[in-house]
Amino acid sequence: MAKKIENVGCPFCGVCCDDLVVTVSDDGKKILEVENACIIGSTVFHRAMEDRHTLPRLRQPDGTYKEISYDEAVDYTAKVLYNAKKPLIYGFGSTNCEGMAAAAKVAEKAGAVLDNCASICHGSSFLAIFDNGYPSCTLGETKNRADVIVYWGANPAHAHPRHMSRYSIFPRGFFTGKGHKGRKIIVIDPRHTDTAQVADIHLQVKQGHDYDLFNAFRTVVRGHDIPDEVAGIKKEQIIEAVEIMKKARFGTIFYGMGLCHSDGRNHNVDIAISLTRDLNDFTKWTIMAMRGHYNITGPGAVWSWQYGFPYCLDLTKRDIAHMNPGETSSVDLAMREEVDAFVNIGTDAAAHFPIEPVKNLRKHPWITIDPHPNMATEISDLHIPVGIVGVEVPGIVYRMDNVPIQYRSVIDPPEGVPSDEELFERIYQRLCELEAEDAAKQPAKAVPEGVRAGE
Amino acid sequence: MTPEYFEACSIIEMHDDDVKALGLVPNQLVKVTSECGSVIVKSVRGRQALYPGLAFIPQGVYANQIVPPRTQATGEPQYSGFPVTVEPAPEGERRKSTLELVQSAVGMWRGDQ
Repeated sequence: MAKKIENVGCPFCGVCCDDLVVTVSDDGKKILEVENACIIGSTVFHRAMEDRHTLPRLRQPDGTYKEISYDEAVDYTAKVLYNAKKPLIYGFGSTNCEGMAAAAKVAEKAGAVLDNCASICHGSSFLAIFDNGYPSCTLGETKNRADVIVYWGANPAHAHPRHMSRYSIFPRGFFTGKGHKGRKIIVIDPRHTDTAQVADIHLQVKQGHDYDLFNAFRTVVRGHDIPDEVAGIKKEQIIEAVEIMKKARFGTIFYGMGLCHSDGRNHNVDIAISLTRDLNDFTKWTIMAMRGHYNITGPGAVWSWQYGFPYCLDLTKRDIAHMNPGETSSVDLAMREEVDAFVNIGTDAAAHFPIEPVKNLRKHPWITIDPHPNMATEISDLHIPVGIVGVEVPGIVYRMDNVPIQYRSVIDPPEGVPSDEELFERIYQRLCELEAEDAAKQPAKAVPEGVRAGE
Repeated sequence: MTPEYFEACSIIEMHDDDVKALGLVPNQLVKVTSECGSVIVKSVRGRQALYPGLAFIPQGVYANQIVPPRTQATGEPQYSGFPVTVEPAPEGERRKSTLELVQSAVGMWRGDQ
């Protein structure tokens, strides 16, 4: 009898579907069937056991990889971090919050820069939120109340496949009993995407001109006149969209990389937030970033609690954290060649950074911590395999609306393969040992007078 | 690194008018050049229509060969909205594997093993 496991969380995108049903074999080692997941999510489970390594691999002088023990890998990583002047630990889109907290301990001990994928994704959103606030909601509010939905520079049909059916367009909620029929959908994108296909209104904006269009929207909301055409969109269409938005009972703007990756970056987002605030003079509007990976919201939450900053954390001063994206962000650091060691964890920087920063980072030691081989492992000095969160390792993840969800494991990791959290705890222990060994070698420091308690 | 990844990512989608103007036949290889590099990809007809003058390469190893790393001091590279030229790929050019592209870029490519 195969075993059915219910309420399984999906470790892929920021929708964090937690209604999956996974059937595993009798011995609990094989995944046989995945129900309710989209094609991407089901692939994550079905391919979990493919192409796995059970031991770390260290690059040899001839360029090939040789398997080493976990103790040796931990020692190697700790020494790289200990000896580096300014190591960078980057990734974390795809691990649990426990792993992020443990990694932060390592970064603090090593005096590293600690950064996550927000840096190249919704980091623009953080910058805008710092400037302008975040009038948001949870996805349940949208499901139960929203009668107007805007997808601006986002394509959930491809990137968050069950977002529309779970939360925004199709579900029948408490005050939205008519489901899709009771909602107006506006999609703004330079392409006629599959999301635009289900929209009532598609505004095919000129790429990179979203700021102009937001300005036009805000101008109309405030009752002023606009030119006959803005950003490729006719005045009548803009007025029509704004009228729908002003008449909404409850609206949500979902936005994505169309704003964060184009010219203007954070300013596209901060004017989107300004529009949301303006609309609240008339009715209820909320805005939400379509966060990418299933737990990329996690490092923002965990590190804000630990250090007060969500990403681009410079911990090199050791007793005070500093954050200034543009200065302390991974790609900028790499472009200015300011880091001298790189740890890639729960991401694939080799595939998803532009190639120039990859070349610069590769001039120094590069360690990849990942369940599967990927581009980063294939240019690493060391690849340390770990368990897959959501499949083999349970833990807390944060959905795109900052709602924490407890993920469970459905099968065991391969024998001897640790979780990210266990691995980082071991690296932390080894760093403490290295520090103690160094301290023992040096002559004892005289204790400064007058600083001991009670004196 | 799978064949599916290769086929999904080593493509470019353009408007029919642009394809015609470039004199391309369906599924022809093209060379795409930006301010910071070039890459060989296959020109395909996408389902998600774009307007003339716009091109789309899925995020991945191929796109990132030509994505400008400039961040406007935000940490975010110019992943979207940068000028490129598209031309038919020179005779004898092929689409490289993901491994060959990335490992060659960092001087680790040892040929097909």
